[in-house]
Amino acid sequence: MKLDPASFQQVSLAGWGNYPRIECALAHPRYIDELPGLLDRTHSLIARGNGRSYGDAALSPDLAVATRYLNRIRGFDREAGLMTCEAGVLLDDLLELLVPQGWFVPVVPGTAQVSLGGMAAADVHGKNHHIDGAFGRHVHSMKMLLGNGQVIDCSRQEHPELFSATLGGMGLTGIILELTVRLAPIESAWVRQTTQPAGNLDEVMALFEASADQPLSVAWLDCLAAGKARGRSLLFCGQVAQTAQLPKRYQARPHQIPARSRSWSIPPWTPGGLLNRWSVSAFNRLYYGRHRMGGATRTLPYRDYYFPLDGLADWNRLYGRRGLIQHQCVLPPEASREGLGEILSRTSRAGQGSMLAVLKKFGPGAGPLSFPMPGYTLALDFPVNTETLRLSRELDAIVRAHQGRIYLAKDAASDALTVQSGYPELPAFAQVRAAYHAERFQSALSRRLELT
Amino acid sequence: MSDKPLALILAVTSDIGRAVARACAAAGHDLVVTARDRQRLDVEVADLGQRYPVAVQGVEMDVLDRAHRARLLEQLPRTPDLVVCAIGLMPAQDDAQADPDLAERVMQTNYIAPALMLEQLAELCRERGSGALVGISSVAGDRGRRSNYIYGSAKAGFSAYLSGLRARMHDHGVSVITVKPGFVRTRMTEGMRLPALLTIDPEHVARSILAAAGSRTNAIYVKRIWRVIMWVIGLLPESVFKRLKL
Repeated sequence: MKLDPASFQQVSLAGWGNYPRIECALAHPRYIDELPGLLDRTHSLIARGNGRSYGDAALSPDLAVATRYLNRIRGFDREAGLMTCEAGVLLDDLLELLVPQGWFVPVVPGTAQVSLGGMAAADVHGKNHHIDGAFGRHVHSMKMLLGNGQVIDCSRQEHPELFSATLGGMGLTGIILELTVRLAPIESAWVRQTTQPAGNLDEVMALFEASADQPLSVAWLDCLAAGKARGRSLLFCGQVAQTAQLPKRYQARPHQIPARSRSWSIPPWTPGGLLNRWSVSAFNRLYYGRHRMGGATRTLPYRDYYFPLDGLADWNRLYGRRGLIQHQCVLPPEASREGLGEILSRTSRAGQGSMLAVLKKFGPGAGPLSFPMPGYTLALDFPVNTETLRLSRELDAIVRAHQGRIYLAKDAASDALTVQSGYPELPAFAQVRAAYHAERFQSALSRRLELT
Repeated sequence: MSDKPLALILAVTSDIGRAVARACAAAGHDLVVTARDRQRLDVEVADLGQRYPVAVQGVEMDVLDRAHRARLLEQLPRTPDLVVCAIGLMPAQDDAQADPDLAERVMQTNYIAPALMLEQLAELCRERGSGALVGISSVAGDRGRRSNYIYGSAKAGFSAYLSGLRARMHDHGVSVITVKPGFVRTRMTEGMRLPALLTIDPEHVARSILAAAGSRTNAIYVKRIWRVIMWVIGLLPESVFKRLKL
């Protein structure tokens, strides 16, 4: 048992999908002042928040810099609604602090187990993207470490190109040290949810168009349904609940965080293969059947609405040791119907569907590497095997053919061609990296996709 | 003036110190926290103040400096109800063996300076007739091992000091608690291969400290198995022990 401060800890790391898994050097700085020193000790490095990107975005054999200990709140200007915190603060912790005070983070992804820095680096989107845009729209400014050791502030006024490239830039422009985020006041800690069934893809797209003014919308989709039922879905719309809509005993304290209705955890010894054509198909039938009568309106605690899977801790283990890949793409509005149809047909033919197929309509996009753009996004999970890795490549081809793009924060299986065709502003992104000395910010993902 | 109990955390910028500070604030203590580095101290003070509805005061202090120790006493708003000393320094044994200055600093930091600091704080508590003083010592102090005896000997001194102070304070309503955490996932142990079942998080140590302070325990191994392990290690005759590569 000996400590050698000159060498980094070597750890086998993976993303949330448990694929790929690689040996990484890992550092856990406690204070921001330690970060410039790390630059001198490695050829390349990448920041790692809470490891919730699915693939290899936060992996690097040279050095992954974990931000989990950089989790302090720096200040909260309640007049302006501006909160400043270090990049490693977890969304879950932040909400636990903010919600009882009547505040919320204006854009949240499908899990609260993400760091604020990670949310900015992936420019995450939520169920309100069509109205409020991605997370980056609500970031006021960021303090960043550049590749030359300099620490600078950037915002829409200061170093705007760096600011814009960093939102969605997957950590490749520098390390986000601190962020100032504009928060939203909320009336309660609850969400009023309406469920509407749709018999196929056309129907669900029509429902999305009809509910464009709903603050929150997302659809769960049965990706194994074929033929006339292809794209059979449930659309969940929502808005922050008014006090009068809450259960009686919460009406006096609308911001009190309600307990989770239930919480389960998947043990590490869970065998692979639980999710297969038959089990998933049966689940999908039951799930759809339960809601098909439609019109159901419920008032849910915010966690149950925004982060339903956080109630099933370690759900990624359901996919067994080999892990899962998620294919999430967005297709332009005019190509969505045809392109999504092809993706669903191909997926249902492969019979590798998952319970977690999610469809959502996006609003306008943001910076050069930010994923959301106008159109429909579809996310599909698959257990990792040779068949699904091949399937993923085939879906990429469909995405390319329809001028769509894939979500880098989810990706573990795509290629440079697909990324280049999907992100036409890549050359501008490369220019920003060059101008801000970002050569050494590299990840396993950035090398695989030839982004660095 | 606040009517909340006051906790004084020495070394809030250590992983255990930070966890203890957060746990104390969550339990409703006002805080005075110390660190050597002003900027890092400010970061922790701001964070604690934002997270918890308690008063938080930061005092810059290098415990090795007698003048700093005196200044801390002057700056205390009132006599603390709980003192937790998380000060510690553990470089690699090889480095401490090779460098007498470093070895001296290890002995000063883990034993002499914290003992002198606690002596003064204990006196304040004695005058008032109440309070709890928690010293974070180490299983490494239970027996000097070849792989870590410079640090271990300093912690042995600290444990012995706490034991004596506990006895003296017993008659005055002040409790003194020795905490031996065993392996903790902190900066001090980073890069070491630690047995997962014996290793705990700083938050676990913090919870145990608060529980121990509440129940006025004497000495705890945070994970009970350490009592057994150290009992066995203590039983080994010296003729055997000196041959072991522990």
